[in-house]
Amino acid sequence: MTRFMDKTFWGLTIGLVVILVANFLLEDWLRFIGLQSMARGAVALGLLILWRAGLVSFGHALFFGWGAYAVALSQKIGITDALLGIIIGTIASGLLAFALGFLLRRYRAIFFALLNLAFSMILYGVLAKLEVLGSTDGIGVKQPSYFGITPEGANAHITLFCFTAIIVYIVALAVHRYLSSTLGAMTIAVRENEIRLEYLGYSAEKAIHVKYVFSGLLAGFGGAVMALAVGHVDPDSMVYWPNSGDFVFITILSGTGNVAATFIGALAFELIRTFAFDYAPQIWQLLMGGTLLVIVMFLPNGLWSLTEHLGKRRKSAPSPAE
Amino acid sequence: MDLQLLIVIIVDGLIYSSYLFMVAVGLTVIFGVQKVLNVTHGSFFAFGAYLAATLIGVWYNAELPAFGGFLMIFLAAAFLGVVFGLVIERGLLRYLYHRDEHIVVLATFAAFLALEDVIILIWATDPYFAYQPMELLGWTDIAGLTFDNYNLSMVGVSMTIALIMWFTLTRTRFGKILLAVIFDREMSQSMGINVNKVFLVTFMIGAFLGALGGAYVAPTISVQPGIGVEVVVLAFAVVVIGGMGSIPGALIGALVVGISRAASVHLLPEVELFVIYAIMAVVLVLRPEGLFAPPQARKI
Amino acid sequence: MARVLEVHDLEKSFGGVVAARDINVTIDEGETIGIIGANGAGKTTFVNMVTGYLRPSAGRIEFMGRSILGMAPRRITTLGLCRSFQVPQVFGSETVFENVMIAMGIAESRGPALLAPLFAPARAARAETHMARYQIADYRDVAADALPQGVRKLLDIAMATVRKPKLVMLDEPTSGISVEEKFGLMDIIMAALREEETTVLFIEHDMEIVERYVSRVLAFYQGEIICDAPPAEALEDPRVKEFVVGQELHRSTHGAEETGNA
Repeated sequence: MTRFMDKTFWGLTIGLVVILVANFLLEDWLRFIGLQSMARGAVALGLLILWRAGLVSFGHALFFGWGAYAVALSQKIGITDALLGIIIGTIASGLLAFALGFLLRRYRAIFFALLNLAFSMILYGVLAKLEVLGSTDGIGVKQPSYFGITPEGANAHITLFCFTAIIVYIVALAVHRYLSSTLGAMTIAVRENEIRLEYLGYSAEKAIHVKYVFSGLLAGFGGAVMALAVGHVDPDSMVYWPNSGDFVFITILSGTGNVAATFIGALAFELIRTFAFDYAPQIWQLLMGGTLLVIVMFLPNGLWSLTEHLGKRRKSAPSPAE
Repeated sequence: MDLQLLIVIIVDGLIYSSYLFMVAVGLTVIFGVQKVLNVTHGSFFAFGAYLAATLIGVWYNAELPAFGGFLMIFLAAAFLGVVFGLVIERGLLRYLYHRDEHIVVLATFAAFLALEDVIILIWATDPYFAYQPMELLGWTDIAGLTFDNYNLSMVGVSMTIALIMWFTLTRTRFGKILLAVIFDREMSQSMGINVNKVFLVTFMIGAFLGALGGAYVAPTISVQPGIGVEVVVLAFAVVVIGGMGSIPGALIGALVVGISRAASVHLLPEVELFVIYAIMAVVLVLRPEGLFAPPQARKI
Repeated sequence: MARVLEVHDLEKSFGGVVAARDINVTIDEGETIGIIGANGAGKTTFVNMVTGYLRPSAGRIEFMGRSILGMAPRRITTLGLCRSFQVPQVFGSETVFENVMIAMGIAESRGPALLAPLFAPARAARAETHMARYQIADYRDVAADALPQGVRKLLDIAMATVRKPKLVMLDEPTSGISVEEKFGLMDIIMAALREEETTVLFIEHDMEIVERYVSRVLAFYQGEIICDAPPAEALEDPRVKEFVVGQELHRSTHGAEETGNA
């Protein structure tokens, strides 16, 4: 697709309108699920960029937590504006990814995954022991203001939801456009053949570094939104390793075919988790793990591949010329 | 630094290293042979702890001979090794060997999540205590400090495991077959080695070792939900530091992590967790294959 | 005629083994050069050194009057010295069209332009022309992994030439290709390169191909150039006959038997 207004554009636009309208009708707990989906979906979007390049991070909770704590700390110095907070969280993680990227761009496969894990656990180890930042209890995050106005009660979540939905919409479009750009196409080049990429005149390491920074920015954004939505940041629910596992979980659940799929996958993840937790608190992890296993075994390309199966059935599959 | 502190750090460090070795050696064996980074190793540990605690409880309630409690520890681990070998390797992993390594890790993560709840379904959420074997062994004074003999015995158990592994790998037929499979899976298969069987047996051994780690530690801790979560990532760190798939590597990795953690606990407790993962990161950066890289087959 | 490449006293040793020694070569614009030599004679090592994949132990390399010694392959590529590979290096999961588009996108974009859409109509049209020139347009929508060997070789070369390089080095363009197909393949490659006015150097084992297409032969033996002359002269050189052609003859009959059996 070369046109800017392609299927994904319309899909995302319709999605935005639907959830903006729904926002005013939803009950607060559903709205909260929506917020969490957008936050985790953004991180999974970052992982999608890496995944397409053949790289998987087992430690993106690092950037998620870093962005979340950046918001919490920026409030301590008096920055209460939501947009400003989100920008600070996003940039903070982007900078961290830029710095670590100089190292990580040299690693592939399991080493890349585990080095990310190590860095995320370092941050966890620091945060869990740092008294100033509340150790394992974490720190509270106040309701933010929006250009000088601080909404109260239910309006607080409604506003945050609208606000986040609009930013996520823009971010998703940007990522979609990025993936169809020359730089985005290098994800495939990195995954398939680094030697050829080098001999086409571009550095595979540089391409990976750029992707890593993008994924860091997205994870930081997700963390910032999560901090504002939950009103609290702490190491165990944001930085500890199972969080990183959850992000990869969403990426697999969604499939890496389309940016819109990532948010649908994130929503599915949050819904399964919430319902499992509410209705079967004894076995919610069993249900989560079971779902993931079913996906891995029977839908290796994620939920999105269901739409492709349907699409293929409509058009009879063209046979390759050979 | 005064001498007493030094001794505490060394003894504590050795005890902790032994514990880490017990947990990590199973992980590294499975990685070495199957090339699977197995997150369910944390579940093996947790199941081992629970089952051992239960059996120990039953044993002492029945007022059977006191030292039999130790038998229960090994019995629990052996039983779990066989069960998990069948369930996880036969039931899950064998369908995934041809898939991307990330997918396999994620599948074991999924199984780990599910098993966390299986534990709660079986044992509920109340903690279990199985202190009897620990009480039984008493304590020793070293340089004016008191150490539990049970904890010290972990050093012996780990050394025994290391010796048995070394002997198996270098002096037995199974060890030679294992090395052949590690070196070149396809070649071994074409030479008539039943790789499927080797995979199953190795996985059972790995699972047994993971469960033994939990079972042996059970008397020293309060066995409760979530104990497997930290173990997974600690074992990853040990294995990465030593070299993934290397048994001497697991030993070195365990010593490095164990001693540095003991040192930080006694000297600068704030950096306890930080130290372990910082070492892991430094090793990955400087020597991604780990301190003891196992031999790699040339694939040309 | 303008000087394209100048190589002086190039040397490479791996540990104690000398893989290249006293290599002195100059290449002028418009030449077609064939490199011959038995396996292990240092042909690919030479190409690897000039294109930045291996760092020489000693010597000088100048491309278009500028030293490229120690530059990364990507820098050398952007200067206009490109290469193809004995084993085609393509993006296996992608179609021929996508491969060419990615190659063109990378060749044509720098900085912020990298963020522009890859599949721009103007670029797609150029890609179609390029595919037509290398006669791979029939395979436009076939994944590179599924291509016949000859087409994959052509794709590899087509990707190496999207920049319209000044000089292109082809590492055994006809290896793995059946005897009957070799000339057809070389005709396509040489016609395309002539059209693009690219100076070319290629490694070849088949003396018939060398005779037919090149203007000059470099014969390698044990890391040294033992002959640098036009083909008619080079193939009559006693040392070339003894150390290169003799061994190649043996090799090509052997190869013919293999294809005959297949």
